[in-house]
Amino acid sequence: MVLYFLCFVLFCVGLYCILRKRNIIKMIIGLGIVEYSINLFIILTGYRRFGRAPILAHDQQIPNMVDPLPQAMVLTTIVIGLALIVVAVSLAVRIYEKYGTFDITKIRRLRG
Amino acid sequence: MNEFLPFFVIIPLGAGFLTVLLAGRIRHASAVLANLAAGSLLVLSLLCVNSLSRSGTLAFNLGGWASPLGIKVVLDGLSGFILVVVNLVSFLAMIYAASYMRIYTARWKFYALFMLMLAGMNGVLLSGDLFNMYVFLELASISGYALVAFGVEPEDVEASFKYLIMGALASIFILLGIALTYSYASTLNMSDIAHALALSPNSMIITLISILFLTGFGLKAAIVPFHAWLADAHSSAPTPVSAVLSGVFIKTLGIYALSRVFFNILGVTPKILFIFMILGIFSMILGAFLAIIQKDIKRMLAYSSISQVGYIIFALGVGTPLAILGGLFYLLNHAVFKSLLFLNAGTIEYSTGTRDLNKLGGLNSQMPVSGYTSLLGSMSISGIPPLGGFWSKLIIIIAAIQAGFFGFAFVAALVSIVTLGYYFRFQTFAFFGQPVTPGLKIKKAAWSMNLAMIILALIAASSALVLLPGFRNFLDSAVGVLAKGNI
Repeated sequence: MVLYFLCFVLFCVGLYCILRKRNIIKMIIGLGIVEYSINLFIILTGYRRFGRAPILAHDQQIPNMVDPLPQAMVLTTIVIGLALIVVAVSLAVRIYEKYGTFDITKIRRLRG
Repeated sequence: MNEFLPFFVIIPLGAGFLTVLLAGRIRHASAVLANLAAGSLLVLSLLCVNSLSRSGTLAFNLGGWASPLGIKVVLDGLSGFILVVVNLVSFLAMIYAASYMRIYTARWKFYALFMLMLAGMNGVLLSGDLFNMYVFLELASISGYALVAFGVEPEDVEASFKYLIMGALASIFILLGIALTYSYASTLNMSDIAHALALSPNSMIITLISILFLTGFGLKAAIVPFHAWLADAHSSAPTPVSAVLSGVFIKTLGIYALSRVFFNILGVTPKILFIFMILGIFSMILGAFLAIIQKDIKRMLAYSSISQVGYIIFALGVGTPLAILGGLFYLLNHAVFKSLLFLNAGTIEYSTGTRDLNKLGGLNSQMPVSGYTSLLGSMSISGIPPLGGFWSKLIIIIAAIQAGFFGFAFVAALVSIVTLGYYFRFQTFAFFGQPVTPGLKIKKAAWSMNLAMIILALIAASSALVLLPGFRNFLDSAVGVLAKGNI
């Protein structure tokens, strides 16, 4: 239960970072934090206490094993998160080239 | 036809990969490859939909693993319908891009990204489980962010960054919803989830999952409280991309995914339908009134997209089979005429160098193809009979009256008049009257741009034929999937 609560705290920290920070690099960091919290939550949905890895062997019986599917999902979401962060950072570099600032309140050329 | 289903993802992915390999070695290789890939996808989707009318659904198990273990690719009436629309608009956008994209450098990057986006959209439509839908959705979204920033002007990167933050938030909510669904139903296959949820309804967690999915897909579809990113992103992108983003992207990632999740997996309740209706009405009104005050043509079209997507969401919210028919028919029409109008706006910018309505005027004599095709598109979108836009709006309003929502039907009719107003303004300011700026140099549009606009205009003019008995099966099977619910 504590783990779920901490995971939720991490999610809220990241969301606060995205929504309230003015520096776009900090917003991207917040995006990363939120992704990690979701990944942690997906891992937790497959977690069993004292569970083992579900590897099938001939002379072994595993009575208590963790669910492997969320782990496979998390590997995929980590890769997706990497691609997202790369696009975001390269956009941030371009924004700094064009506007000379990382402050989101000063990057306002589009209106209406 | 079952074994052809994975090719909807394989062809664009392969074409994107080959584009990167051949770029710079053979002239025009990227444009030719992208056109070939999009054209073959259109033919393949028509063939698949044709065999769909005989067999009902097509399914394919990837790698030969059966359903509970493996990944299943499914094509049914609804996804087949949207698949044809997506590939049609993408193919015409590719024809248009063949000459329009000459004003940019590094064109092969554009084609590679576009093919990735197309693979993502096709994958969203075909995947039979929630997590793969998420993966393809992210594939389409991330290439979408990069395509919006393709021009690397200050406005483009700013719009793209806004879009990225909103889109990433949406994906996070969707992923959280999928994680909760998995922990509750112990499966990710869509039909298995529906069975598992039918055994234990009325749980608090279903409400939470519904809110998460509504927020996530609502952000992707730009329904009104979540609409802030759309006008910036769609007006800053290169024109073929704006046409695809506004024409089919928000419908695949937003409306298709939303209706699939709510109608076929979670099951709709009167409460959710009412929320759909309220969101649809607000989108309609706010989008239309924001569109009136715009001076930039592309921004006006983008706000108009919000308003028209409101009609589709409203029709889904009314929820009777007739209303769903009207909504899906409007989806087809809107995809065609909105991409046509975006291509017209792009041609105006290509020829005159500006998109500001106040600086244009009297273009009809110099740009007859854009002039008459955009007149047709504007007439269809503002509901002039006998064009498709009129019939779909009429069906939606009649269905709303039949279901007893007189007030909402009245608002929908009123917004239609406002729509007529701002498209009339667009036509008079851009194409009729006298040229405002003297000495405005007009560059001739290339033939492939004209060809794409003429084909889209012909489809827009004849789209009402889909309602006739011979072609009706195409729409009815899509309506049947949604009307059946989550059984």
